[in-house]
Amino acid sequence: MDLSMKWLNDYVKADMPIKEFADKMTMGGSKVETYRSMSAPISNIVVAKVISLERHPDSEKLWVCQLDAGQGEPVQIVTAAQNLFPGAIVPACMHNSTLADGTKITKGKLRGVASNGMMCSYAELGLTPGDFSYPVADDGILILNDDPDVDKMTPGMDIVKALEIDDEIVEFEITNNRPDCLSVLGLAQEAAAVFDTPLNYKEPEYKTAGGNINDELTVKVENPKLCSRYMAAMVKNVKIAPSPRWLARRLRASGVRPINNLVDITNFVMLEYGHPMHAFDLRYVEDNTITVRNAKAGETLKLLDEMAQPVQLSEEMLIIADGKKPIAIAGVMGGEHSGIMDDTTTVVFEAACFDGVSVRRTAKKVGERTEASSRFEKGLNPVNAEKALKRALELIDLLGCGEIVDGIIDAKSGEYEPERLKLDYDRVNELLGSDISPEEQRSILKRLGFGIEGDELIVPPTRIDMHLDCDIAEEVARIYGYNNIASTVPMLSGQGKRTPRQKLEDRATALSLSMGFYEIMTYSFISPKDYELLGMREQDRNSVVIRNPLGEDTSVMRTSPLTSMMEVIRRNYNNRSLAARFFETARAYFPHGKDELPTEKDYLCYGLYGANEDFFTLKGAIEELLAKLGVQDAEFIACTDDPVYHPGRCAVVTVNGAEIARLGQIHPRAAKAFGVGAEVYCAVVDLDGLEQSIGEDVRYSPLPRFPAATRDISVVCDEDTANGELISAIKKSAKHLESVKLFDVYKGEQVPDGKKSLSYTLTFRKKDATLTDEEADASVAKVLKALEALGAVLR
Amino acid sequence: MKEQLQNIEKEALSAISDCGSIKDLDALRVKYLGKKGELTAILKSMGSLSAEERPAMGQLANSVRQALDEAINVKNAQLKAAELDAKLSAEKIDVTLPGKQSLTGSRHPLNIVLDDLKEIFRGMGYTVVDGPEVEETKYVFDMLNTDEGHPARDEQDTFYITDKILLRTQTSSVQIREMLAHKPPIAIISPGRVYRSDAVDATHSPIFHQCEGLVVDKKITFGDLKGTLEIFAKRLYGEDIKLRFRPHHFPYTEPSAEVDLQCFKCHGAGCALCKGEGWIEMLGSGLVHPQVLINCGIDPNEYSGFAFGIGLERIAMMRYNIDDLRLLYENDIRFLSQFR
Repeated sequence: MDLSMKWLNDYVKADMPIKEFADKMTMGGSKVETYRSMSAPISNIVVAKVISLERHPDSEKLWVCQLDAGQGEPVQIVTAAQNLFPGAIVPACMHNSTLADGTKITKGKLRGVASNGMMCSYAELGLTPGDFSYPVADDGILILNDDPDVDKMTPGMDIVKALEIDDEIVEFEITNNRPDCLSVLGLAQEAAAVFDTPLNYKEPEYKTAGGNINDELTVKVENPKLCSRYMAAMVKNVKIAPSPRWLARRLRASGVRPINNLVDITNFVMLEYGHPMHAFDLRYVEDNTITVRNAKAGETLKLLDEMAQPVQLSEEMLIIADGKKPIAIAGVMGGEHSGIMDDTTTVVFEAACFDGVSVRRTAKKVGERTEASSRFEKGLNPVNAEKALKRALELIDLLGCGEIVDGIIDAKSGEYEPERLKLDYDRVNELLGSDISPEEQRSILKRLGFGIEGDELIVPPTRIDMHLDCDIAEEVARIYGYNNIASTVPMLSGQGKRTPRQKLEDRATALSLSMGFYEIMTYSFISPKDYELLGMREQDRNSVVIRNPLGEDTSVMRTSPLTSMMEVIRRNYNNRSLAARFFETARAYFPHGKDELPTEKDYLCYGLYGANEDFFTLKGAIEELLAKLGVQDAEFIACTDDPVYHPGRCAVVTVNGAEIARLGQIHPRAAKAFGVGAEVYCAVVDLDGLEQSIGEDVRYSPLPRFPAATRDISVVCDEDTANGELISAIKKSAKHLESVKLFDVYKGEQVPDGKKSLSYTLTFRKKDATLTDEEADASVAKVLKALEALGAVLR
Repeated sequence: MKEQLQNIEKEALSAISDCGSIKDLDALRVKYLGKKGELTAILKSMGSLSAEERPAMGQLANSVRQALDEAINVKNAQLKAAELDAKLSAEKIDVTLPGKQSLTGSRHPLNIVLDDLKEIFRGMGYTVVDGPEVEETKYVFDMLNTDEGHPARDEQDTFYITDKILLRTQTSSVQIREMLAHKPPIAIISPGRVYRSDAVDATHSPIFHQCEGLVVDKKITFGDLKGTLEIFAKRLYGEDIKLRFRPHHFPYTEPSAEVDLQCFKCHGAGCALCKGEGWIEMLGSGLVHPQVLINCGIDPNEYSGFAFGIGLERIAMMRYNIDDLRLLYENDIRFLSQFR
């Protein structure tokens, strides 16, 4: 909402510096976004009178003018304009002046003749023909001789003052609970409360010219549910003309283009009272009948808006119809013949209350969210409709632009009853934690326009946001000053404990960081094409689909954190980062039925690439993670059938038979599809599974009292035999085995083709006695026998 | 014999003194004090002395042995020290060569900020609560007083799955779930990601992170909200920081306040960071609207509460001077590795 300070000052005295005004209004609850001078950045342009003009000695188009710019000495300016004459009153841009578009004007020479500035057009002052009540030239210099105030325009006078564009405009951010503040009067009421100064408002008054509107017009409201009040007034013998300057300027300050006096009055009243109005030309109201009703199927209406196609109306839309056809969509826009034309003679003013939700739906459906509809949407009240209508008539009277027919048609369903709230001063203080006296509370509320009767608060009709004790508390608090309320701290009984899951996540994060993984954060919606790139199984692609995505790239909720990880790796790979380790605590989403919430699961996702990385660096990290988190008995089992991974370099991690993680090299086809030319290794750990796999808390085991015996063995076996298999066999067969560790894998000259050699260190120990060499050897013999059964023979 | 002893002593001490290595010193020890050494030989010939001479000569011989012993030990220590010095000197390194680092990753800057928030609020007794991101419309809008027809529900602002399911636009839905699940007293924060239909640019992202807070108990006041947020801001930004509470409107709180932080760069004078205003918008807050309490089965005459919502991206961007929001989600390692 752009507010003209001149307009505001019609109603409240707020003549402090603009910054102070803006700050205090903001802190009182009416947030000021910005403020600016209406004429900015115009500077140093003055009223001047052409004394004489001569042809430029060197040009057939240029004129050399002598101007009286109030400086005693004439000022010489050279111009190419052809509409000047001696005695013309013009705006003259002096040396070092600025035009509305920011252009700087300085003195210079035109074809050798000194020119000490420039004369300018209305456009160069940022104005339009509508800003003048008389015709102005589109090309050429703005001539002010026809101006009604030309006598007051003395040479040297600032043009900004002369043309009354010396206003300041304050832009407010109005929250949608306060549609009343989308009006000058609403903001004036706020200013009156904030600055504790009276609001100079008086009810509109006007003279009528006789007759009776009821003889000339019939109004019927067929759907009082959607139209609680419809008021109409009539003005005859209207004289369509430009508006006077003060009115036109106020519209301009509010960002509304002046058109003619009648149209301007409806706009002016809408801005001042916040209530949209409409003006019909009676010639186009057939049968002199206005009916407020729902549209009938098949009806159409061509709108005032320059849309080519007539709008298809539907039965839930509320329309204004004459005796034959729709002439306006209620609260949204009038039909093409409903507006004011240059030859209009009789006008019907409408001020009504239409249902907000209905207006909103209709406006949306016909694709015309207008200034009027956006105001109706928020809810307008019947009292203001009457005031607005009367104000419009007052302006007709004041401008002398027509004869007001006696009487106002008022079709309404019931009398308006103001909302009454119980005033409880203690409750206000209880909610705020404050100690504001009843006197002060009353004073604040009265300044805001509330009435007080005993312990009842009478809510002004424009304040649709007031219903509860907390609403009263807010009114009191904001004018008293939020920052004047003492700060306290509640005594909380909570302990701020972390849940086991939160501890697990914190610990997993710390461990991941310590192992060189950089934490990433990725979008949880992806392109369905990413599944394809990764080669995920069809059944794993069933996603939660966003109905109105920004684009296909972000249209489904991911079912795996891997696509996002690959995207990050692609970006870094393309940025020539040679190696990287990443992890993310990432969520994935698994749909159920329509209108059912999906299951959301969190994962730890790891990804790495680079010269020193391979399956085993990733596996090592996962092993370390699991070990430090207290997962015992994790088993890594080869997985050959997950299409996302390299079939020979993938493992699932199971604990007690349940899969908790999967890791491996991303299938080279997928890596290539993502544009990554390196081997990429990823792991996905299911946090739920991980949480369930954490073993008992650590219990210390006594340090060994007896020495250990170690034996190294090397066995030759088939290349395909898995180390894991041999280890299990060793563990199962050995006696007194403390640990077994693989220390070498060898393929080469000393080993036949298709075979490999594996070397292990076995450590044996007894808890209660020193292990003898014989016992150790006996155990090794058993191990070797067990290994032989698997085709692994001692070298 | 006495002369002989004195000569040995003199000669030996001089030899020890001149000795340059532990090996030579060992040889000297053998030469003089060894089983076949010179001093030993003299001691062996003591038998030829008279009974009167023997004690005096014995004493002399012993003192010579002691003197030599001591001299050798001293010399030995000296030589060992010198040897160590030489060794250490040979082991000298250039300490300005780079260290051998173990790889360590970095926490994402948004989570660094979130960790701070969690610590601050946990310290005040709040519990951290999580909830679904794909959420029922009623938890995000209806129960939070944001009825159908409210602009926030527009398709333009919100990602919908169906009419009844959407991507949450705020983590307030977690507060509703918490109030439905637990009787007051309640003191929680609910950090998490939220979704709004904004195209990606330097200051907008369709996914961002919020940390909302909720306290419901008997006699919770607007003053409590102010005091709590002031403590929070001081812990996060330091004791000197100033807040101001500015009236605003949210459908789910009444009274509502936006909280501005006095610009920490210009301290209120106005600069580029605060766009000349001297204040930076930090969060929205207010007393929980009684209808929201009623919706969750809590009697507003018995209980009251406050709620607030903080945007993590904004805090992180201000803290680290990040001028483009997209950096936070691009995960370029050259960006990530700048954080600690």
